[in-house]
Amino acid sequence: MSFALQKDIFIGFFRASMLGYGGGPATIPLVHKEVVETYGWLDDEEFSDILAIGNTLPGPIMTKMAGYIGYRVGGYAGLTSALAASVLPTVLIMIALISVLINYRDSPVVQGMTNAIAPVVGVMLFMLAFNFLRRSQRALGWPVVVGLSVVSLIAFELIGLHPAILIAALIIYALVRRSPKEGEAS
Amino acid sequence: MIEYWHLFLAFLIPGVVGYGGGPASIPLIEYEVVQRYGWMTTPEFGEVLALGNALPGPIATKMAGYIGYEVGGVFGAVVAIAATVIPSLVAMIILLKLLMRFKNSPKVKRMTTLIRPAIAVLLGVLAYQFFATSYEGAGLVQTILLVVLSFLALERWHIHPAFVIIGALSYGAIFLS
Repeated sequence: MSFALQKDIFIGFFRASMLGYGGGPATIPLVHKEVVETYGWLDDEEFSDILAIGNTLPGPIMTKMAGYIGYRVGGYAGLTSALAASVLPTVLIMIALISVLINYRDSPVVQGMTNAIAPVVGVMLFMLAFNFLRRSQRALGWPVVVGLSVVSLIAFELIGLHPAILIAALIIYALVRRSPKEGEAS
Repeated sequence: MIEYWHLFLAFLIPGVVGYGGGPASIPLIEYEVVQRYGWMTTPEFGEVLALGNALPGPIATKMAGYIGYEVGGVFGAVVAIAATVIPSLVAMIILLKLLMRFKNSPKVKRMTTLIRPAIAVLLGVLAYQFFATSYEGAGLVQTILLVVLSFLALERWHIHPAFVIIGALSYGAIFLS
C-alpha cells in the first residue's frame, strides 16, 4: 500500500465530489475525468462496465463508483480513501453551513449559480455519452449502435421502463446466449 | 440506542430499494424521515433538500449525514451514512469482482460492447434533464450561451473542468442573479 497512491485516490474523488453540482449523477463525468484521463487507473471499457453495473444496483451512484474504484485501485485502504473523499467534505460543509445557508436560500446569487452550472453539467454528461457511442460504434458498427440506442431511448423515455431492467436484460442476454465459437468447441 | 437503530433502518431501506442513484432515493428518504419517524416536517425536509442541492457532492449522503447528525449527533451521522453507502457498495464489489474474473471471456466482452449504447443513452437523457433545468431557470439564450462556451472550453481549449465550473458559478452569481 503506497501513501502516494492513497493520496491520489483521495484527491481525485475529492475534486470530483466538490465540483459536482446536481447530486451524484452530475459527478459521473468528473469521476471519469479523474480515473480515466488524469490518473489512468481504468480504461473506458472498464469505466462503462462499472457504470452499467452501478446502474443495475440500487443506492447512490457516486458512493458505489468511488467505493469500487477505490477498492479496485488501492484495496480496502483505497476504498476508504475514495469514500471519505466523496462523502465527508460535503457532509461537513452541509452540517457546518446549514444555519448560514438558510438565510441565503432564496438569494438570487445562489439561484443564479444553480442555474448557470446546470448547462455545464449537461455538456459534460453529453460529451461522455458521445464518447461511449463513438467507442461502441468501433466495436459494433453504426447500424447496431443506432438500433440499440433507439431501443434504449424508447424503453426509457416512451415506455418508462426502468434503466436497471433494460441494462440487466442486456447483461443476461450477452452472458447467456452461446457465442458461435463456444458452440463449435463443445 | 433505539434512535440509532431507527436511523440505520431509515437510511438502509431507501438505499436498498432506491434504483437510479441518490436523487431517486430522496422521496423514499422523505417517507422514512417525515412520515415514519417524524424527525422533521415536510417543509423542513424541503428546506434541507434545497440547501443540499445548492452544495456540491452526492445528495443522498449529504441528507443522511445532516439528518443523522440532527437526530443522533456525530455517531448518528456515521450510522446514517453507513446505512446509505455500505449495502449497495458491497453488492457492487461482489458483482464486479465476479465479472472481472471472467474479463477475457468472449461473453463478458460482448456484454461490455452491448450495454455501452444503453449507458450512453442514459447519460444523454441525464444531460437533457440538466439542459431542461437550465432552460426553465435561466432561459433559452443564457442556456445556449453557457452550453456553447462550456463545450468550447472543455473540448476545444481543453480547460480543466474545475476552472469551467468555477467560471460558470461566478458567471451565474454575477449575471444571472
